[in-house]
Amino acid sequence: MTAMMTILGPLVMGAAFGFLLQRGKVTSCNVIENQFRLRDFTVLKVMGTAIVVGGIGVLLLVDTGNTKYYVKDANLLAVALGAALFGVGMVVYGYCPGTALGAIATGSVHALVGALGMIVGAILYALSFDWLKAHVLNVWALGKVRLPDLTNIPDVAWFAALAVGAALFFWWIESTEARQKRS
Amino acid sequence: MTTITESYVREAPRTARVDWSPYLVGAGIGLLSWIAFAVFGDPLGVTTAYSRIASLFAVPVIGPEAVAQNSYWKSMPLKWDYGVWFLVGIPAGAFIAAAMSGTWRLELVPEVWKERFGPSIAKRFVGAFLGGAVIMYGARLAGGCTSGHGISGGLQLAVSSWLFLAVMFATGLGISALMFRKR
Repeated sequence: MTAMMTILGPLVMGAAFGFLLQRGKVTSCNVIENQFRLRDFTVLKVMGTAIVVGGIGVLLLVDTGNTKYYVKDANLLAVALGAALFGVGMVVYGYCPGTALGAIATGSVHALVGALGMIVGAILYALSFDWLKAHVLNVWALGKVRLPDLTNIPDVAWFAALAVGAALFFWWIESTEARQKRS
Repeated sequence: MTTITESYVREAPRTARVDWSPYLVGAGIGLLSWIAFAVFGDPLGVTTAYSRIASLFAVPVIGPEAVAQNSYWKSMPLKWDYGVWFLVGIPAGAFIAAAMSGTWRLELVPEVWKERFGPSIAKRFVGAFLGGAVIMYGARLAGGCTSGHGISGGLQLAVSSWLFLAVMFATGLGISALMFRKR
């Protein structure tokens, strides 16, 4: 059971994730580029729904003692710099790391070339790690904090706001898209 | 009006088979997150495992000793853990999805890129490679990618992850506006 689970479990989870990414069209470079050009909101629709649905479920699982949080360190400078590079890379590459792996398997040769670039990026990061650790990763390091801790606004209020905000935003997007399709 | 209805009816079965609603896909990823948290205690993520694997490729580039001595890879050695098998599953699932829907096809230069930068394969490959290097460096500096930070961290209301989402989308929009500006 355990040996099977440790390999088959993540394999099936990864396959389900890859399957969903492909069916959701986010393994397409065109869909991702057009999100950043504000012409196609598929990426935000997928991510927004995943965050709201996933978040409410995980909140319940944590509250009932069935899991715990796995929050990443809020090293604000490193996260901000990293995210800025990530945004640049995502637009130039046309994929994020997960969707790129899916795209390779659906025949995207340029995604494979970019995956080699990702290996180079990972090596460069490992080589610069000591310097970053001393100068960047320790700046504005708040630790593993969550928005409810920082703001004293409870989880339920956050998810209510997120769900309503997402619903209104997607409703607006859908009605705009329907109007564009008609004209 | 009739032509719209006719074309809709004609195309509906095909697109319905190929693409799922982005909301359905997002909900599916959310549900997958519940399982990842409750059953495996390992939220969805890509780049941590990716950098573990990158250490294999680093051996011929910087030598086995440099890899063994590297403080980053010491903290993150290559091991066939949950994340790595999850990574292997992604292309498998995407391949199955593409094969089942008949959408598998070789893509050397994506449409959006072709429209803006022409059909040169070399140009696209250079772009993808550089973009890949930048995105992975950024992901490691930030501590996660669109999956690990964006979805898994976002749904936990992690401060680091919402900062990542905000900065990533803002820079992405800026770079995209620059890259695709009309001349």
